[in-house]
Amino acid sequence: MAHTNIERLLNAAGEIILGKEHELRLALSCLLARGHLLIEDVPGTGKTTLSHALARLLGLQFQRIQFTSDLLPADIVGVSVFDRESAAFRFLPGPVFAQLILADEINRATPKTQSALLEAMEERQVTADGHTLPLPEPFFVIATQNPSYQIGTFPLPESQLDRFLMCIRLGYPSRDAERKLLQGEDRRELIAEVDAVISPDDLYDLQYAARELIVADRLIDYVQALLAATRQSAEFVTGLSPRAGMGLLAAARAWAMIAGRDHVLPEDVQRIFPHVAGHRLHLTSDGRMPGRDELTRLLQSVPLP
Amino acid sequence: MKLALPITLAEPPSVALRRDQGFWLLVAVVLTLLPHLPDLPLWAGGLCALLVFWRGLRLWRGQDAPPRWLLLPLVFATAIGVRLTFGQLFGKTPGLVFLAVLLALKLLETRNMRDIRVVVLLCFFLQFGLFFNHQSLPFALLALLATLFSFGGQIALVDPASNGRERLRTGALLLAQGLPFMLVFFLLFPRAAMPLWGVPDDATAMTGLSDSMSPGTISEMILSDELAFTVEFTGARPPPRDRYWRGPVLSHFDGDSWRTAFRPTLDAPEYAPSGRRFDYRMTLEPNNQRWLPLLDYPAGGAPGVRFGHDFQAVTRHPVVSRTQYLFSAFPDTPVGVDELHWVLKQARQLPTYGNPKARALAAELQTDSAERTVGRIVDWLAAGDFAYTLKPPLMAEDGIDFFLFKSRKGFCEHFSAAFVFLARAAGVPARVVTGYQGGRVNPVSGLMTVRQSDAHAWAEVWFEGRGWTRVDPTALAAPQRIENGLEGAVSEGLPFMLRPQYAWLRGLRDQWEAVATRWDNAVVAYDGRRQRDLFESFGIDDFSPSPVLGALAIATALLMAVFYLWAQRRRDGGDELDRAWARFSARLGRMGLARAPAEGPLDYARRLAAARPREAEALTFICTRYARLRYRPPWSRDELSDLERALDALELKKEATLPP
Repeated sequence: MAHTNIERLLNAAGEIILGKEHELRLALSCLLARGHLLIEDVPGTGKTTLSHALARLLGLQFQRIQFTSDLLPADIVGVSVFDRESAAFRFLPGPVFAQLILADEINRATPKTQSALLEAMEERQVTADGHTLPLPEPFFVIATQNPSYQIGTFPLPESQLDRFLMCIRLGYPSRDAERKLLQGEDRRELIAEVDAVISPDDLYDLQYAARELIVADRLIDYVQALLAATRQSAEFVTGLSPRAGMGLLAAARAWAMIAGRDHVLPEDVQRIFPHVAGHRLHLTSDGRMPGRDELTRLLQSVPLP
Repeated sequence: MKLALPITLAEPPSVALRRDQGFWLLVAVVLTLLPHLPDLPLWAGGLCALLVFWRGLRLWRGQDAPPRWLLLPLVFATAIGVRLTFGQLFGKTPGLVFLAVLLALKLLETRNMRDIRVVVLLCFFLQFGLFFNHQSLPFALLALLATLFSFGGQIALVDPASNGRERLRTGALLLAQGLPFMLVFFLLFPRAAMPLWGVPDDATAMTGLSDSMSPGTISEMILSDELAFTVEFTGARPPPRDRYWRGPVLSHFDGDSWRTAFRPTLDAPEYAPSGRRFDYRMTLEPNNQRWLPLLDYPAGGAPGVRFGHDFQAVTRHPVVSRTQYLFSAFPDTPVGVDELHWVLKQARQLPTYGNPKARALAAELQTDSAERTVGRIVDWLAAGDFAYTLKPPLMAEDGIDFFLFKSRKGFCEHFSAAFVFLARAAGVPARVVTGYQGGRVNPVSGLMTVRQSDAHAWAEVWFEGRGWTRVDPTALAAPQRIENGLEGAVSEGLPFMLRPQYAWLRGLRDQWEAVATRWDNAVVAYDGRRQRDLFESFGIDDFSPSPVLGALAIATALLMAVFYLWAQRRRDGGDELDRAWARFSARLGRMGLARAPAEGPLDYARRLAAARPREAEALTFICTRYARLRYRPPWSRDELSDLERALDALELKKEATLPP
């Protein structure tokens, strides 16, 4: 049952986002692992479309926050206004009170504003004017980020990058997919037309099921070997944290579930590893985030136990 | 931007040499080749250095190995060079030279894992081959260092994530693990009667006294700081004035140079020893000469050593490897009281003409008593204001006249030659004795070391009823030479190590030589005889090589088998499922389809199915079944036998396996 839901979800999403099946699976496994997703790419590659489509298909309340350099924390969290009738302050919740939030171009906002959102992501609650208000369940943040070499950006600090379970890049579509894109309808209209494929309850079940996948001792050994390799390798400044290790396993479980298995294989870990580890590591040589080559080499250097 | 594509791990780990791995290998090769340098002909050493440097440069710039077509001509050129230099390609020295250049070439062409293993193995072999030529402590240490770094290089390949310290530590650990084996082999391995490396082409051009002396021979020699021999006295040490080490005795003078007139006939010197006695063990450095410098007057004998009537000892073969002798000395005993007629005749020989002034002087000094005549000659020399110098002026004809009446500057050879000439001209039998005088006691080891710079020449005169008596004419000009050695007598032009300002260096050298001597005595000198002694001390009287060799071989094979099985078990983790999986991968490995170490079972299945579409179904079944059992525990025995049945039923035909 669970798997048919996933299939339907992927099929429907594939109708809207063309030729990005692998990225869709990655995004979905991130959500199923209850993690937040960071999409890093140049504008116009379908970041917004992807998150919007996911919100629609999952039947989630959707809010989009366009981050700009003058955005203030209150613009996200909400403000208290004085209500004349009740003669009291009333809290007007901000856009963060939604189930799926698209934080567009998050690195355009000042660090203060960024951290307001990132705190909400971690705590899954918001504190304003002394009141602590829980955020709705489920709660996802999909943040998009322009490559940091573009002007007018405040790159996210490492501690905040760590809040995102996965970081993916969409990249340019293939020739065929782009042709279809050019010939077809406007994606935004398509999104407006689709209906939710699963209910929030189904989503909750899926998330729960993802945590129940079987992880053999051998696989734990493998994940530990990978973590150790990132810590011992001279190529990286620091290794992966235990939190990253837990994220790695959670994402691998979700990926295995999407693949229709009830147990996790080393391949699952290897597929999601670049996206879980990539934005958490820095190369010793130039401080850059490791690219595909470095991560592949790391994976190749760790034999399966 | 391409990160989103799924990563496949199908291709085996990158074989391209990473820079740090390459440098480890480079260091191992340099350390291996370095001690070989003195044995390589100039062209070979230069070629090696050039090739290694080139590889280092390419590595530094991140370039790969140079094209292969370049290497073949180099190999041929090397072969031709070796052939031209040595006249042959095989044999100890040409073989080592060839191998050294080949190692540098192999390093240059290193591309894949196999090449790298060959390089490391070649390194090991050359480290071993070094001992053909050198067994001293510094070379052994250098070889050990090279071995350590070769291990490090290998570890760098196997475990690229390790850092330098870990590599060295693991390498040292491996060496330490090999230590017990090394000791057992060292003690038990049968020794050939002659060491493998004692082949006589090793000591061709060495400094040392020869059997002739012309002006300048010794003063050239003493500029060498090389060790001549070390002596260990079992009892007391003789005082400096008795430290005369007798070498070639020169009786024949042709007007220019002095030669031996020597016939070895005796097994031991013939005289009745009396007076003080000194027993010692001498370790002679190889000098490619046949004579032994023995403390005056020698007594006792040794196998292969014969003596002449002038007490000069010679060996049957030139000394080409470090050798030990046991001898005694009686410095006070009278010798040659009843001297043979022909020996005395030799001791009176003079050329018929030449050096007229000296002859005239001799005639003037001659008396009817030999003792008085010698005393007058000594007095004349002592009064003559002669100077002792390391740089005597060049001699013209009639060298003795020139020295006695003109330059009045000379070295021990001039003094002794002039004295003997005068004595002979005055009718007293006399002869020149060359050898060494002195010897420093190493305060660390207590051993006495004698160097080439202690080379000396003195004289012996024969008196009726007293026999041969030593007269050291050098002492007349420079008495300190005898008591304090060369550095006490001369202040200019001394060899480096003898200069007073380098006393601390001498102390350091003492330390080092003490250690080196211990090494020589304990390790290098451990030969078949001492091996037998060792066995006898354990109660094994009939030590014979072949059973020991057999037992060693069997024990080694057994140990290796045990280690192999143990390592195998550890690698397998002792799990039947793992073993079945390893068997599967090994079978496919024979077709070039081995599983990469980091390749998961499903990825492997996809790759196999693509490579062998005919067997795709069976291959995929095995892989997926393994994946399920391995990563979805627990598995039952039935499921395992299912998998094993599928494995047994798998038929892999050797055919073109390219995907359609």
